[in-house]
Order: sequence, then C-alpha cells, then structure tokens
Amino acid sequence: MTSSLWLLPAFPLFGAFVLMVFGRRLGEPRSGWFAAAMPIASFLVAVSVYFDLLSRSSEERHEVVTLFSWIPVGALHIDVALLADPLSITMALFITGIGSLIHLYAIGYMHGDPKFSKFFLYLNLFVFSMLMLVLGENLLVTFLGWEGVGVCSYFLISFWHTRDSAAVAGKKAFVTNRIGDFGVMTAMFLAFSTIGSVSYSSINEAAHSGVIAPVTATAIGLLLFVGACGKSAQLPLYLWLPDAMEGPTPVSALIHAATMVTSGVFLMTRMSPVLHASYEWAPMVIACVGAATALFAATIAVAQNDIKKVLAYSTVSQLGYMFLAVGSGAYVAAIFHMVTHAFFKALLFLGSGSVIHGMHHEQDMRRMGALRKLMPVTAITFIIGWLAIAGVPPFAGFWSKDEILLYVYANNRGLYVVGLITALLTAYYMTRQVIMVFYGEAKWKDHAHDHGAHGDFEPHESPKIMLFPLIVLAGLSVVGGAMQLPFSKKLHFLEHWLEPVIEESEANISKTWAYENKYVLLVIAILIAATGIAAAFAVYGKKKVKAVEPRVLEQAWFYDAGAAKLVGGPGRAAFNAVAWADSRIVDGAVNGTATLVRNFAGQVRKSQNGFTRVYAALMAVGAVALLAWFLFRGVA
Amino acid sequence: MMFGLVVVPTPTWYLVLSAVLFSIGAVGVLVRRNPLVMFMCIELMLNAVNLTFVTVGRAMSDIDGQAIVFFVMVVAAAEVVVGLGIIVSIMRRRSGVNVDDLSELKG
Repeated sequence: MTSSLWLLPAFPLFGAFVLMVFGRRLGEPRSGWFAAAMPIASFLVAVSVYFDLLSRSSEERHEVVTLFSWIPVGALHIDVALLADPLSITMALFITGIGSLIHLYAIGYMHGDPKFSKFFLYLNLFVFSMLMLVLGENLLVTFLGWEGVGVCSYFLISFWHTRDSAAVAGKKAFVTNRIGDFGVMTAMFLAFSTIGSVSYSSINEAAHSGVIAPVTATAIGLLLFVGACGKSAQLPLYLWLPDAMEGPTPVSALIHAATMVTSGVFLMTRMSPVLHASYEWAPMVIACVGAATALFAATIAVAQNDIKKVLAYSTVSQLGYMFLAVGSGAYVAAIFHMVTHAFFKALLFLGSGSVIHGMHHEQDMRRMGALRKLMPVTAITFIIGWLAIAGVPPFAGFWSKDEILLYVYANNRGLYVVGLITALLTAYYMTRQVIMVFYGEAKWKDHAHDHGAHGDFEPHESPKIMLFPLIVLAGLSVVGGAMQLPFSKKLHFLEHWLEPVIEESEANISKTWAYENKYVLLVIAILIAATGIAAAFAVYGKKKVKAVEPRVLEQAWFYDAGAAKLVGGPGRAAFNAVAWADSRIVDGAVNGTATLVRNFAGQVRKSQNGFTRVYAALMAVGAVALLAWFLFRGVA
Repeated sequence: MMFGLVVVPTPTWYLVLSAVLFSIGAVGVLVRRNPLVMFMCIELMLNAVNLTFVTVGRAMSDIDGQAIVFFVMVVAAAEVVVGLGIIVSIMRRRSGVNVDDLSELKG
C-alpha cells in the first residue's frame, strides 16, 4: 500500500485547491464538511500504510516513493520523494487524525464567520504542508513543508487581520521563524557540500559510517537545532508562540500545540544519527536549552490570566521537555511525549475554545468560574486533559513524562531536577486553570454587561460537532499511554515500532541506576504531580494561602518587552545602518559604474552628429591613414 | 604621323585617369549636398576603381581583374536600385532635399 503514499498529501492539497476555486460557492457549512473529508481520507490512507508496514519485518519498514525529479542540476540531484517509515507514519497518523478532529470542531467554532471557507482552505493547505514536512525523503522536501506550515501559520494567526494585534502577531511569528529557517538552510548547504546530497538516507548513512567529521556533524546538528528553536518555540526564539494565540482556537490547537510546533522535535529525531556522530556536548546543548525553556515557560504560565496564554506557555514548556528528551538521547520518549502531548494539548485547547465560545469570546479566566455545571462535557473532557498533562497516572501524559525523566536522570541529574520542578509547576498551573475556569464562584455574572446586549448573560455548552472531537481526544488522553508502558520490554510498543529509525542513536540506559530503580522515579513523579495539584488547591481552591502571581511572571520575565526594546532600539539602528550601507555602498558601487558608463557614452555619442558628409570625410581620412600606414610601414 | 611620334598609352595613363576620376568622385561626395549628385559621385568612384581593376588585370595578363569588375557592376546595380528608391521616397516627402537636413537619426 506504500504506492498510495502520495495520496496522503494529495487529498488536502486537492481540498485546498477546490476550496480556493469554489470555496465561496460551497459556502457554510458545506465547505467545512468538504475540507474535513480531506484529512479523514488521508488518515485512512495513513492507516493502510501503517498496517502495510506493520506486516513487514522491522528491517523492511522503509520505503521511498519517488514522485518526480525536482532539481537535476549537475551534482545536485533532488527528487520529490516521500519516505514511509515508522517515524514518518507515526507523525502522519496523528497529524491527520487530530487534524480531522479539529476540522470537525472548526465547523462549529467558525460558525457564522464571513471567511468561513477561507479558513478551511488554509487548514487544508496546512495539513498538506505538514504531511510534506514529515513524509519528505530529503531535507529540501521537508523544508518545503517547513516553509508551507510557516506560511499557513502566518495566514491563520492573522486570520482576523482587521484586529491589529492579530496582524502584528502573525508578522511576529513569520519574522521570528525566519531566523530559524536560516539555520535549516545553512545546515542543508553544509550537508550538500560535505556529502553531496540532502537525502536523509545518505546523510544518516554518512553519519553512521563516520564519513562526516564530528565537527561537521555538530555544525549540521546545531544549525538544524536553530531551525527547531524557531519552529518549536524554544529559548530564545519562543516569543512568537504566546502571541500566536491571536488566531482562532482550532488553529492554536492544531498548529500551535499538536503538530507544527513539534516539527522541530521531529527533525531532530529524523537526523538523530547526525547528532549521534557529533561531539558529546552538542546533544547537551539541546538538552540544556530544552530544560531551560521548560522551566522558564512553566514559571510564566503560573501567572497568566488569559485562558489560552496559559496553554501557550504550557506548550512551550512541554516542547522544552521534548528537546530535553532529544538531548538526552531519548528519541522514543520524545516522540512518545509528542504524541501524547498532541492528544491532551489539542484537547485542552479545544476545551478552552469551547469555553471561549460559550462565554461569547471572553478569554480572561478571572471572569470565569463555576462553568462545570453549565458546560458539563467541556468540563469533564478538560479535566481529563488536565490530569493527563499534570502527570496523574494512568493518563497519557504521566507515562510519557516519566519516560523522559527516566532518561534524563540517567543522563544528567541536574537536568532531572529541572525537569521535576517543571513537572511540579505544570501540575500547579494547570490545576489553577481548572479551578479558575470550572470551579469557584461564577464571576461572569458581574461582567454580563460587557458582552453587549445579552440581557441575562449565561455561558452555554457548545454544539455537538464541537463536543465530539473533545470526547475522542479525551479518550485518547486516557489510553494514549498504552503505546509505551514501562513495566516490561514487551509493553514498549512504540520503542519496537520506531526501532529501525532511531536504533543506533537511542541512548542505552539499561545498565544504569536509573533503569534499575525506575519504579522509584515513577513514585517520585507521582508525588511531584500530587504536590503541585495539592498546592494549587490550597491556593486557589481553599484559599488558605494567598496567591503569589508576581508581575515579573505575568510579564514573562520582561523577556518579550526586553526583546522588543532591544530590536526596536539598538536593533533598529543596526538595521538602518545595514540598510544604509546596502543602499549607499553596495548599490552605490553598482549605480556608480552605470553612471560612469552613461556619462562617457554621452560624450562619445556627440560624434554621431547626423551629418552624412562628416561621416564620409572621416571614412576618407581613415582610408588615407590606413593607406599611409601600409605604405610607410616598411620604411621605418 | 606627322612627327613620327607614336604615342602608346601605357597602364600608367589609365591609372592616373582612374585616380583623377576617383578624386573627383570623392570630392563630389564631400562637398555636394544634393543626395542625387552625391550618389552619382559614388558611382564615379566605383567606376574609377573598375578602371583600375581592368588596367591592372590587363597589365598582369590576369583575367581576374576583369571578372571582378562584373561583380562590382552587379553590386553597384543592386545598390542603385535600393539607394535610388530611398532617395526618391525622401524627395517625395520633403521639398529641397539637403543631406545636412537629414540628421533625425543622430544619437
């Protein structure tokens, strides 16, 4: 069935094309249903490819489907080729699966929007780009998808572009990602100049057989990590993700939580042999950046009051967790956490979208409270998501987080402590959010008049089309951990499945203290989660302790403001200087040469005065001069 | 003959004649402003060259000198057709043609 692999990206591309031409005519809700059918079809294809791969032996689970030759230029030969292997199919499954659910959800959420069909056009285009990103067999096809998702992200963040903040947020995301793209491109050039190919199989083969020197491997790995930092919102480039919450909530769930922001983790896993071949400190850099981001974002999330901002910082923090895993050589754990995170964070975002929908576009948690009675389904599913992310067994997040912490402990205990503190904070801020939104007193009554003409304002439960994805994702968040249970080797399903891809690079911890005492770590993780939840209950539920939400955390350590000041002040001056140098020195040299030639030509053309007899006379003089030269040449 | 003087023309005579004709033609091209007269002067120069060819060919007993004259005459005939066509059409468009006035195409 791998021959039908091309159908995977083809369906959403077709959908985007049809919506582009007939979107308005299809109207609402037909364009939504049509768009939703595309990722569902892709999902079915992905499932069939999955079963096809599953039926083979693990060595044969690798198939390249070349669609056409893209760039055949001399030594550079790049095909548009798709790769079906356990990693890409895992990604494709959850992208199309969650993508389908979110398409369905958006039919309800975007109800009544004047640009209804355009929204689905962008969503389909996004799914196409994302699938190209994960299925690409070489860095360039992946980069095509990488840029595609970036563009769709830009379109969708600034979907309500008449709002100033949305337009600015879109621009910010786009510009910040340019920095990361620079890293990816440079890594690609480096790979091509070193081994003459950008396909994953040749790069990874070269890294594995030691053709790439450690210094080159380090450079490629870290440059790709720069790209990953941009796309996956790591320090210092995470700035755009919290602002990206200006987009509609289904977009936040699909792009800025479940799929696009994890593409950095995917890329690092795909290139894991290169990381393995680089210097020891290269993965350590990744682990440290991941840990720092995880902790940094978690502290910020503690003091946010916007329901989506909490989740945004939480996403940044969880992505940091994944990079912590990648840097510790725990690629399986990183992918595991990526998938479970996609389940529960998409669930939480969709849940928050349902709340926002029910509250008539109110996002401030201080104006919510006691919503569980009015929105029972949203509340229950959101609570499941909360338990999953907080790390309560047996929900999905607990298993994946525990797996990461196990590897991190074996790798570096300092980072393990950072991971634990992050886990504690995660449990704390998520509990805070659940209490503020669904429990306590109903504070929305005081603000009823803010919502315009609603005389007796009352939040309402969302329509069924929005609740269905919530229920499915809640179910996945409960059982998702079954992919990889720590109890025995037989239960490591995900590890066995991904083995052909990351076998050589995965850290081996089977002989370490951490592995032999993994149940101790398990208990510690449970205790940490319980402490975080209990602390939040004490502060926000029982109100025994006064809440501490310092302004410095609410303002994200002033990092955003600082960056804005830096870029706006000295940064702008530097850019202006560069622009000046470009227009005066670089362009000046070019324009100066042209002016010189023009002036000279202006002088010369005066000799072309249009008088035929002058030309004739000059010819005569020339002929005489030539004759004289021939005659007297021999004399002198 | 009266004085028993037999004047036998040598090739030098012909060459001098052709040089004179050529010079007359060249000066004519340079000093006259009527395009038709200039054109006739050019023809004069061409025929002066033809005379040189024939003279030298005869002096060196080489038929090539005469052969090349035919080429020159054919080219000249073709050139006359084109050149006269242009001159006639210019003359139709304007009165009192003066080549110094025909300088619209200057750079």
